Amino acid sequence: MQLRVRALETVLTEKGYVDPATLDLIVEAYETKIGPRNGARVVAKAWSDPAFKARLLENGSEAVATLGMESRVGDHLVVVENTPQRHNIVVCTLCSCYPWEVLGLPPVWYKAAPYRSRTVKDPRGVLADFGVTLPKDTEIRVWDSTAETRFLVLPMRPEGTEGWSEDRLADLVTRDSMIGTGLARRPQELTS
Amino acid sequence: MNGVHDMGGMDGFGKVEPETDEPVFHAAWEGRVMAMMRAMGAAGAWNIDMSRASRENLPPDVYLSSSYYRKWQLGMEQLVLDRGFADAAELAEGHASTPAKPLKRGTLTPENVGRVLNRGSFARPAQGPARFAIGDRVRAKNIHPATHTRLPRYVRGHVGVIEMIHGTHAFPDSAVLDKGDDPQWLYTVRFDNRDLWGPDADPTVKVSIDAFEPYLDPA
Repeated sequence: MQLRVRALETVLTEKGYVDPATLDLIVEAYETKIGPRNGARVVAKAWSDPAFKARLLENGSEAVATLGMESRVGDHLVVVENTPQRHNIVVCTLCSCYPWEVLGLPPVWYKAAPYRSRTVKDPRGVLADFGVTLPKDTEIRVWDSTAETRFLVLPMRPEGTEGWSEDRLADLVTRDSMIGTGLARRPQELTS
Repeated sequence: MNGVHDMGGMDGFGKVEPETDEPVFHAAWEGRVMAMMRAMGAAGAWNIDMSRASRENLPPDVYLSSSYYRKWQLGMEQLVLDRGFADAAELAEGHASTPAKPLKRGTLTPENVGRVLNRGSFARPAQGPARFAIGDRVRAKNIHPATHTRLPRYVRGHVGVIEMIHGTHAFPDSAVLDKGDDPQWLYTVRFDNRDLWGPDADPTVKVSIDAFEPYLDPA
């Protein structure tokens, strides 16, 4: 595959369609700057600042734009809130739509057939694959990203975190908790 | 098109297997493929729906047996050929031997890399008023376009409720054919799990899709 990719890059470069230095910057940005820590900051702020949370649920893109992140979020970010009554989970059955700006590039499992096929039909079974079991009467709300809207789950704030700073809270916010295949970590799960 | 990419509700693919401490890329070439696809898109060589369609059009056995970025590479090669940016001999040799074709928005330079890192807007001016309001019952049309569409098979023919209205967006079914954006109203439509999967399905589950107005009838 490596040779085949290099052949394509050489042709596109020689024809002036792409600039290898630009490609380097794109790769570097996703390897080092644009990842789930961005989303974790958004969630931690929402947990700490009720006015921000209200704006976030009203218009995700506008609220996130105020945080000045590396990758400005596009126009169509929808933030959906987990509550004791309702758990949200996001999937893209048709391809791999995912909020890159706040979560980085999606993991392999998100783009693979098992997750894409089962989540809309058996979300509790999928959650079990992640070791997550929810009460039987919790509503499970599946969001299939079939257009250019992007969905971010606002997980529930763990108990025992009263008075924590946003930085410390962000350490509890996992990538999976913002997709809906996990929950935020509890304080006792932090290793350091 | 009714391809294998339209996976919602299919059985037999097994468990989801998350990878511990997964790297962003599993090999350097994956990053190059991702970056080329994005840079060519930003240059106006193709739009996002054409790039999706290029993968959906891969032979089913290739689609199902290829890694994610292998699908991107194979789809991109086909896009480059189909849109006249290079010919098969050039790709086989790994060198350019024909003149370059102009790019709609010009080659993406390092100074403009933000055009890729910052997601663009797909909102477009409305062509008319919205046909549906929040709370309306709608039926997903039973349609089977042979070309790219974003209406998944598993909702076709089923009744759901309009939950959100996202304004008017570029319509993938038109953009993919290079026929313009043909902006359409976009809705989040929520379905009851039992309507989609039968009376034995988990009654606590609700599933939504984002549906363009031409996909929907009043119900």
